[in-house]
Amino acid sequence: MSKYEIVIGMEVHAELLTQSKQFCACPNEAVAPPNTNVCPVCLGFPGSLPVLNAKSVDLSLRTVLAFDSKINTRCIFERKNYFYPDLPKAYQVSQRLLPLGEGGFIDIDVPNGDGTSTVKRVGLHDVHMEEDTGKSQHGESIGDPDSSLIDFNRSGIPLLEIVSLPDMRSVEEAEAYMTALRQLLLYLEVSDCKMELGRLRFEASLSLRPWGQEEYGTRVEVKNLNSMKAVRDSLRAEIERQTRILDSGGVVVQQTMLWDEASGTTQPMRSKEQAHDYRYFPEPDLVPLDIDSAWLERVRASMPELPRAKNQRFIEQLGLSSYEAGVLTSSREIAEYYEAALEGYTKSDGGAAKAISNWVCNELLGRVNAQNSSIAEAKVLPAQLRELVQLIDAGTISGKIAKEIFDEMFTSGRDAKSIVEERGLTQMSDTTELEAICEKVIAANPKAVEDYRGGKEKSFGALVGGVMKETKGRANPALVNELLKKALTQ
Amino acid sequence: MSLSQLSAYQIAQQVQSKKASCREVVDDFLGRIEAVEERVKAFVTVTGDEARRRADMLDRRLASGEDIGALGGVPIAVKDALCTRGVKTTCSSKMLENFVPPYDAHVVERLAVDGAITVGKANMDEFAMGSSTENSAFFPTRNPWDLERVPGGSSGGSTAAVAALEAPLALGSDTGGSIRQPAAYCGCVGLKPTYGLVSRYGLIAFASSLDQIGPIANDVRDCALLLQSIAGHDRRDTTSINRSLPKYLDALTGNIRGLKVGVPQEFFAQGVQGYVSDAVHKAIDKMAELGAEVVEVSMPSTEYALATYYIIAPSEASSNLARYDGVQYGLRVHEMGDDIVQMYSKTRVKGFGHEVQHRIMIGTHALSSGFYDAYYLKAQKVRTLIRRDFEAAFQKCDVLATPTAPTVAFKLGENANDPFAMKLADVCTIPVNMAGLPAISLPCGFHEKMPIGLQLIGNLLDESTLLRAAHAYEQATDWHTQRAVL
Ligand SMILES: [Zn+2]
Repeated sequence: MSKYEIVIGMEVHAELLTQSKQFCACPNEAVAPPNTNVCPVCLGFPGSLPVLNAKSVDLSLRTVLAFDSKINTRCIFERKNYFYPDLPKAYQVSQRLLPLGEGGFIDIDVPNGDGTSTVKRVGLHDVHMEEDTGKSQHGESIGDPDSSLIDFNRSGIPLLEIVSLPDMRSVEEAEAYMTALRQLLLYLEVSDCKMELGRLRFEASLSLRPWGQEEYGTRVEVKNLNSMKAVRDSLRAEIERQTRILDSGGVVVQQTMLWDEASGTTQPMRSKEQAHDYRYFPEPDLVPLDIDSAWLERVRASMPELPRAKNQRFIEQLGLSSYEAGVLTSSREIAEYYEAALEGYTKSDGGAAKAISNWVCNELLGRVNAQNSSIAEAKVLPAQLRELVQLIDAGTISGKIAKEIFDEMFTSGRDAKSIVEERGLTQMSDTTELEAICEKVIAANPKAVEDYRGGKEKSFGALVGGVMKETKGRANPALVNELLKKALTQ
Repeated sequence: MSLSQLSAYQIAQQVQSKKASCREVVDDFLGRIEAVEERVKAFVTVTGDEARRRADMLDRRLASGEDIGALGGVPIAVKDALCTRGVKTTCSSKMLENFVPPYDAHVVERLAVDGAITVGKANMDEFAMGSSTENSAFFPTRNPWDLERVPGGSSGGSTAAVAALEAPLALGSDTGGSIRQPAAYCGCVGLKPTYGLVSRYGLIAFASSLDQIGPIANDVRDCALLLQSIAGHDRRDTTSINRSLPKYLDALTGNIRGLKVGVPQEFFAQGVQGYVSDAVHKAIDKMAELGAEVVEVSMPSTEYALATYYIIAPSEASSNLARYDGVQYGLRVHEMGDDIVQMYSKTRVKGFGHEVQHRIMIGTHALSSGFYDAYYLKAQKVRTLIRRDFEAAFQKCDVLATPTAPTVAFKLGENANDPFAMKLADVCTIPVNMAGLPAISLPCGFHEKMPIGLQLIGNLLDESTLLRAAHAYEQATDWHTQRAVL
């Protein structure tokens, strides 16, 4: 074990799923020909003024409600002043002294390394609303090393910044935090969390301290993290770097480091770009945001069931294993699929939830994952899956045949019933008919019959196989077992 | 009598009754501009061709029986801080010397709807910072009453244009007195409305929490007429107030019997000249003669207003003007080998005049970490005290009467080396912006042939009472009928 305890905090920027930008009517769509989704407001033209997007407040409120943060029902916007070419007003409208949410927490599942996990609560410092900046493209990427181009399509897109407390103590905890946060934002439908498009951005702060020491070590911020993997790799590299410094008796300098994917190292940001005095002051162009109780209640009523509550309900009320519940609640789409498939379906032995869960977790997700696709794109609809399971229950088809049918459903999206009918796959459960076939197989396999009677249980399987072959797999296996045994003991 | 001698109200009547066409009106004013502009220099840009086109269009609409609006055919000068689509909007700064906005300010849209015709963009102190229009990056504007004197500022071009009869109406903006002080210096009537009554959308910001657009005219009725056109809610400005508007012209009853006029002694200190004090006190006496009741009020926080203003306004300005960095629009100074920071720096040093740079530095300092609490936060607290003084005063009276400026217009260059004297010119007007109240300046006498201004301050959103008081006084005197001779 290392000599040092790891202390990690996370700052997360999530672009919100609104129709329009934070302070103007331009579409919230950065992926478009450069500078097409822009107007005087998001270009910061002289004389333009911001108007707050109420939908972005709805989404932000939903999020702080999910975090159980303290909500400032009167919150204010402030200007964060700094010069940067892709910041058209030279200030970013943000929140500082009175943000929308203060405090709150996110529960994360920290893996124990043996397949189980432990729940840990990560505290939040605050949750605040702000606006995104434009995007610069430099030199080589635009074919001219001496110039830069700026695309303002992203300028003014609503952002929610979620700032955690330095509560994480390992890279694994940081990963679990990211997973839990991402899952929550997706459930809440406040962000599509596409990291590759920069719609969910993580920044980490990391410090080390000798075990047992109360005060935190010097904090280093790590930026330029475009994927979960980048966060993981950069933290590991930074832990190594700081450990080396401390081990050799050195002092860690407080600074911002940029992750360099290619070299697998963190590199200090140029000192010019460090240490800003942002000169925050209340944004005089926006009146304070007052959220009355009716607004808050309307948002509260729109809240979906959150993943942890759902998970618990699946275990306690539906009798699923914690593994199954975890898989089924890992995303809102999967959970919704599962619940839709289960809807109105009951089984006398109470196994409906379990049966559908098996099919979703194993058969459906297995195939979806193999295709690198998503459940939302699956051709098999929840009701079709339910019908298939019901055909098994009714004894119309065997479980083995059902898997073949499901293959067909998965590729074509056709109903189970029509496939069964077309292929004549209905299970044979007619006793008289099956008795005759059993007799025929027994007569044709005297050696196996003799072995079985001589105590070789294995030979029984060969006889069952014979019946299945005769019936092209359609025979009801349980009935075949029963009839064969009866015939052989006669 | 030439059309340019008429008030805006009379011009609109002439046009409506078809005694004059819009084109005749515009040609007359453009002729006047041609005759006097070389001496007055009120405009950065004269939009003659566009004005004639618009006049012809309005005449055609009128001929086909359409209502062309309450300001139909009335020429207007627009301060060059207000964005005009397709027409250069410079803020009298090198930084925006060639800036052509892609949109109209809200007030410019309102004027178009009501049939007014913009004849030009008026000169001003650069980014509205100044009290003499000498800070224009292009040229100083002259006072029509004495071409050796300043017209005041920052809306000096707008006001001089009205005083010189180059336009019967003008739009100005007032952050610390920039409408009222030049109105006083030029013998005009200038009104700063309640903060939020007029949308700031399209006004190039100086200090957002203080800036307010308002009318400038030769009499109170014209002022009311223009206010009616530009006031009202605009959803593009979240600080704009959403409530129904009174009919301001209806307020001009001439009757102020029983009106309580408060006189705050503190406004007669701080460099207010004896001749100004005398003229204002005579005006108050006149109002008493007309039936008003005069009450003494005390406003002890007033003396801190100037200092407070010079923290808050520069702080907001330092942020508002940070966008002029040479990246997107306006001036860019970039030499071979310069990096982005050098480009910012050179652009801003070349693009901004001395006063603007000075205020940006003060504001940047006041907002810096370590100084914020002592300066900006403290100033906001004092601002609250000033506001409370006004609230207390309006418990006792309906309007306050004070001087607009401590002196008459000074000579060009006279205060150039005395920045404090320059800033003192706004000592009576600044407290009003701090409290967001409406106030009007109107002529109340002369000293050495230069006009003196009376300032009346009203309660929040009570422009009607303010206009009624100003109008009654005006009608009982003849100061407003006197014109500069050019
Ligand atoms: Zn926009």
